[in-house]
Amino acid sequence: MLAEGFKAEAGSRAGSANRAWIGSLFELISGFSAFLVFCLLLSIIATLVVGSYPALKQFHLGFISSDKWNPVTEEFGALVPIVGTLVTSVIAMLIAIPVSFGIALFLTELSPVWFKRPLGTAIELLAAIPSIIYGMWGLFVFAPVFAETVQPWLKAHLGKVALVGMLFQGPPMGIGVLTAGLILAIMVIPYIAAVMRDVFDIVPPKLKESAHAIGCTTWEVVWHIVLPYTRAGVLAGIMLGLGRALGETMAVTFVIGNAHNLHASLFMPGNSIASTLANEFTEAVGDLYTSSLMYLGLLLFLITFVVLAISRLLLSRLGRHEGA
Amino acid sequence: MIGISPYSRRRFINFIGLAFSLGAMIFGLFWLGWIIFTLLRYGFGGLSLDLFTKMTPPPGSAGGLLNAIFGSLVMSLVATLIGTPIGILAATYLSEYGRRGWLAKVTRFINDILLSAPSIVIGLFIYSIYVVSVGHFSGWAGAIALSLIVIPVVVRTTEDMLRLVPDQLREAAAALGSPRWKIIVFIVYRAAKAGMLTGVLLAMARISGETAPLLFTALNSQFWSPNLNAPMANLPVVIFQFAMSPYQDWHDLAWAGALLITLGVLGFTILARFLLRKKRYE
Repeated sequence: MLAEGFKAEAGSRAGSANRAWIGSLFELISGFSAFLVFCLLLSIIATLVVGSYPALKQFHLGFISSDKWNPVTEEFGALVPIVGTLVTSVIAMLIAIPVSFGIALFLTELSPVWFKRPLGTAIELLAAIPSIIYGMWGLFVFAPVFAETVQPWLKAHLGKVALVGMLFQGPPMGIGVLTAGLILAIMVIPYIAAVMRDVFDIVPPKLKESAHAIGCTTWEVVWHIVLPYTRAGVLAGIMLGLGRALGETMAVTFVIGNAHNLHASLFMPGNSIASTLANEFTEAVGDLYTSSLMYLGLLLFLITFVVLAISRLLLSRLGRHEGA
Repeated sequence: MIGISPYSRRRFINFIGLAFSLGAMIFGLFWLGWIIFTLLRYGFGGLSLDLFTKMTPPPGSAGGLLNAIFGSLVMSLVATLIGTPIGILAATYLSEYGRRGWLAKVTRFINDILLSAPSIVIGLFIYSIYVVSVGHFSGWAGAIALSLIVIPVVVRTTEDMLRLVPDQLREAAAALGSPRWKIIVFIVYRAAKAGMLTGVLLAMARISGETAPLLFTALNSQFWSPNLNAPMANLPVVIFQFAMSPYQDWHDLAWAGALLITLGVLGFTILARFLLRKKRYE
């Protein structure tokens, strides 16, 4: 009896020892999967560098400051798309930051509790709509309305003001840099608002209640207590939105006008890095043309990488601060 | 400012601030309403049986979007099948094995960046490493590009969900003598099931509307194209081409396709949120 029992136990030990390889294998493949993700970023950068090598060799860093873009004479420069990308993103941020702040404020302080969830979901749905839909809507529905109403108004009221006026010149066509920036703003609002709402929610109620107790108005509580407390998180949200805006492709391609020109006026068509890639890559002939586009992609990836990395670092610092 | 007490001035600023906040909320909802209204108005008329049974037509004749719908479904499915296991396993490493190790830390950081990286660059990447070496555009390339978008979404949500599982559960199972892999597969995964499914659904919502990475990988096809090893028709790129064309028939089809995609994406998103909410209340 006893011996049998020992035997059975030994048998089950041997069985579990035999099956220990499953555990090792499982750990190995899960580690390998993580390593794959780890390698992905470096592989993307390496591939883009290799792909843009002919252009790198030909133009060096002068590529960035040259505004030429001529496939026939094979002269390429990134200035126009870079400026277009930055200008549209700046416009988007100018609109999206205050609006997102307002939305986050509404969701955390003003909205009745039962209404928070549906409202939050509605704003998140704004992020779920694919960018190609924004593009179509922007081109066919929004641009004509914009050209008939807002643009003439801007031109009439701001067009004659010194300095600012030159931003609002030219025919109101509906499409152009300003429209692209505005649509980008709508697209990044949900991302920024979501981060802001989340960090506003972690402010200890004690702090807010104390401020209310000494007679602060809601606005004062938000402005003097909540915002300073969540500064890093708010900045992280803004950086996340900026990262999104810089790399957004389809919506911008539809409405920016796709012209390789530099204009002071925001009404004129322009080009962003992403829209240049979307429009020209499949039609590019010749090594230098293709690799110049790769070079553009590399620049875009590096810019967004830096912006998103800042956002991430800010958030992780905040996380440590909160002990979360 | 004479005659206005500091108190009423403060109340006034408060009023302006809160009114602005309400205005911002309305501003956000306004665009959502306008876009959905537009889609229903232009797209609803195009929803007919033909849309699902006929191929994309040449300009000037009637047709549907069958090949594009089929291509999109197949590529999304393949992308999900490739991306989900890798994403879940990587998240398992981050949450269970690596946790505080350097590989886990750096991978987490990289994953968060990939989550928001411009998708058109993913297209360039797959073009360079796959399309160029194979020599032609293909459905496989499109699916692989999409899977690279699935992975970060799945990694992020799965890790978050696995971390929500209390350590006591793991310890209790370990105390009963179960090996680590059994704890993970039979205890942790099971506890986090709904959350993990949510991640996959969110990833599917994300890729069903992605256009940019498909432009240089799957390209497009006018015809019935069930072969994953050849250029493959897909909804987003068809919408892009049709919308940019000057033909009215194509515009109508593009609107119908846009409505389809949006309904799909919103469906996935709402389903995912519903699952998550059920989980939270448990």
